[in-house]
Amino acid sequence: MTSPSELPISGNSDVVLIRQQVRTVAVEVGLSLVDQTKIVTAASELARNALVYAGGGRVRIEIVHNNVRAGLRLTVSDDGPGIPDIDQALVDGWTTGNGLGLGLSGSRRLVDEFDLRSVPGEGTLITVTKWAR
Amino acid sequence: MDRVPVLKLGDLLIVSIQIDLQDQSVLALQEDLADKVVETGARGVIIDITAVEIVDSFIGRMLSTIASITRMLDAETIVVGMRPAVAITLVELGLSLGGVRTALNLEKGVALLNHLDGARAVTAR
Ligand SMILES: Nc1ncnc2c1ncn2[C@@H]1O[C@H](COP(=O)(O)OP(=O)(O)OP(=O)(O)O)[C@@H](O)[C@H]1O
Ligand SMILES: [Mg+2]
Repeated sequence: MTSPSELPISGNSDVVLIRQQVRTVAVEVGLSLVDQTKIVTAASELARNALVYAGGGRVRIEIVHNNVRAGLRLTVSDDGPGIPDIDQALVDGWTTGNGLGLGLSGSRRLVDEFDLRSVPGEGTLITVTKWAR
Repeated sequence: MDRVPVLKLGDLLIVSIQIDLQDQSVLALQEDLADKVVETGARGVIIDITAVEIVDSFIGRMLSTIASITRMLDAETIVVGMRPAVAITLVELGLSLGGVRTALNLEKGVALLNHLDGARAVTAR
């Protein structure tokens, strides 16, 4: 397959497409079934957040390598309102919407590397990586 | 949007999720089930998620909501067929699916409903 790829997040059906594409690449990278499920779930959470809180965004799906392993990296970005207090947003149960407040904090637990940058008024950029074992 | 079909089998409603769930389909299912429970007087609902590859916070929350709604309408909901990888991921995500009863498969789900119904009949006496 072609890596990296970038997909738009502009509607609910895009979230489904992103989940499918992340699954395909996760299999290609050699992630275990459980790790595939974890990264697909994280992708679903982050893409939905971009849709709900920023009105849309995009996700880059790529295969990465370090010295010993291959991994799958997702970069989810949007040009929305940003997150004023990142520490607070990462607390289990914190929500400004009507969710469970588990999307961000839960996604962080599901991946090996998690990086969240956000500038109020400019947008949010989240990078997550899952390494093959 | 794809709609998830709801099948009536005796006094049970059976939902087998065979599509990649989009948020709207999940919301529609919640309403369809509430209507059908009242319309048929079903005593139990079984949601088979054998084919479901991921349950995220949105889908998980809806399963809890469906269980609460049907319980209020006097029908118990049992979620059956959860894949091991989905269970592991849900726990790590932090979702406990509070109030949702589960069984390993359809057969065990039906047995659990019958058991609950028996217990209910005894309490009512
Ligand atoms: N891309 C984003 N842009 C702006 N704000 C965001 C973004 N993603 C998350 N947030 C903020 O962070 C909060 C926590 O997000 P999180 O995904 O953890 O929970 P939730 O979306 O509220 O509920 P859940 O994901 O459990 O359904 C959100 O309520 C929202 O205020
Ligand atoms: Mg969320």
